[in-house]
Formats: sequence, structure tokens, C-alpha cells
Amino acid sequence: MKSNLKVFLKGILDVSPLMIPVVPFGLIFGVLAIDVGFSPLETMGMSLIVFGGASQIVLLQLFSGGASSLVIISSVGAVNSRHLLYGAVVSEHLSDLRLIWKIIISYFLIDQAYAISNEYLKKNKDQNRYFHLVGAGATCWVIWQSTTFLGIILGAAIPEKLGLSFAVPLTFLALLVNDFRKFINVIVIIVSGLVATYGYNYIPFKAYAIVAGLTGLIAAMILTKMVKTNE
Amino acid sequence: MSNWALIIYCGLITYLTRFSMIALIKKEMFNDRIREVLSYVPSAIFPAIIFPAIFLDNSGSILIEDNSKIMAALIATLIGIVSRSIIATIFSGLASYWFLIFVV
Repeated sequence: MKSNLKVFLKGILDVSPLMIPVVPFGLIFGVLAIDVGFSPLETMGMSLIVFGGASQIVLLQLFSGGASSLVIISSVGAVNSRHLLYGAVVSEHLSDLRLIWKIIISYFLIDQAYAISNEYLKKNKDQNRYFHLVGAGATCWVIWQSTTFLGIILGAAIPEKLGLSFAVPLTFLALLVNDFRKFINVIVIIVSGLVATYGYNYIPFKAYAIVAGLTGLIAAMILTKMVKTNE
Repeated sequence: MSNWALIIYCGLITYLTRFSMIALIKKEMFNDRIREVLSYVPSAIFPAIIFPAIFLDNSGSILIEDNSKIMAALIATLIGIVSRSIIATIFSGLASYWFLIFVV
């Protein structure tokens, strides 16, 4: 069995390539948070407390659009529902752990750490294999906090004319790169996008993100069912 | 609600989605069907952020003509499909947007 430290370091090494896109994402978040009116301390607090890129950007987007707190919180919940899947997949490898480790690991269970550590957990059966996930998660943590901090500092120096807020839809677009080639995903993307765009002004409480997300999921349910019946 | 309260609640809900599955729910509670549908969550929810940010102007009206964001997003999507690279998608979109608003 490898030592805990070795497994931890392996986690850092494996997740490193995935950190390249996190750098601009973190910078953009820091810049935008200041731009929509959060203080530097609140912005840093958001990255420390929430520690989730998509959640934090959704928070900013809806906050700047004047959505109520309840809508913002439920939209963040909707965005995070994908974590239910990660947790359910990873949990089989972590079921023997003490509660305290489960509490710690949950904080680090973000997209990139999940993606890379799930591969490792599947292949290794050592008792201390979860240190891989801790290493990967801690790496993401350091990158996310430091780029947020840089974004806060740079924010004041970046002219508004650059239209950096356009980086938000681009970042989310980029997170879908692997889905553009799949037929059902493309339909789901278009359905959700159209509902959000046309419902933006008509769906009350700025709940358009939730309504569009649910409509997209219902479309996915119907389409996957149809594909199955045809097989 | 104060900004801090908002941040803490958003942090709590984010943490709980991660924690609940690890600590409370056993894998067997999720059948393949639920898993399959959950895998579409990003495709279902991210466009709700993407589309309005591209197609709506500051006042919330739909803006199709003379909207550089649409062209830039299309270029980014194409680059994304070809490269499958997150970073290439973001930068090609930003670069074409700047080219369209500053040069053209």
C-alpha cells in the first residue's frame, strides 16, 4: 500500500491539467463579483464558503439581475443537483470512512476533483485511496482561492469596455463542450435556452433559470425514453 | 437578506448537495434511470445562463440584429466542438467578440 502522502501527491499531479481552465474562470469570477457590487471581503468569502465555480457565477448573474434571495438560493441548488450524481457514484468508495472524513471530503467534491479521482478510486482498492480525492480537491481549492483574490485586485484595473461579463456565458458554454456532439444533449440545450430567453421577462421572480432547467430535464426524460423504446 | 446571509445560504445548499450523497444515501437508492437523467443536468441548466446573456440586451429585450455576442458565441461553439477544449472555447469566444466590437 502506498503512503497517504504519496496518494495525496498523486491526486495533485492527476488533477493539475484540469486546473488550466480554472484560472480564467476564477479571475472572471473575482472581477465580476466586484463589478456587480460585492465587497472584496464578501467576494473572498463566497469562494471560501461556497467553493463552486458554477454556483458562484449563477449567484452573481441572478443577483445583478435583481432576483430575490429565495430564487438565487434555489437556482444555486438546481445548478448543484449534478453533485447528487457525483456523490452517489463516489460514495461506494467512501462508505467505510469515519464521519469526520466524509464531512471534509464533501467540501472538496467539486467537478474536477470528482472527474479525476473517480478514475483512481475505480482502479485502486487500497484503504487510503480517498487521499487522492483530498489531494485533487485541495489543489482546486488553492487555485480557486488565489485566482479569486487576483480577480478582486485586477477588477479595478480592467476597463468595462472590454465586456468581460461576456466571459460568463462563454465559460458555461465551455463546460458543455463534450455535450455538443450528442443529439439528445443538443436538443435539451436548445429547449432550456429558449425557455430561459423567452421566459426571462415573463416568468415571475426571475425564476427563469429553474423553470428552464426543469423543462430541459423533462425533455431529457422524454427523449431518453423515446430512444430506448426505439431500440 | 444581507449579502453575507445570501452567501452562507448558497454555501450551505452547495455543501449539502455534496454531503448528503456521501453520508446519507447509498448507491443502490439510485437506479440507472435516475442516474441517466441526472447526467443531463448540466445540459439542462447551463443554457439558462448562456442564452439570456447572449440574446438579451441590458434592458432584457431580445436583440438579434447587430449583436456581436451571437456571432462570437457561435464561433466559440464551433471551436468547442472541434477542439473539445474548455480553454480554447472561452478564449476563441472572447477574442472574436473583441475583434467584432473593436476592429470590425
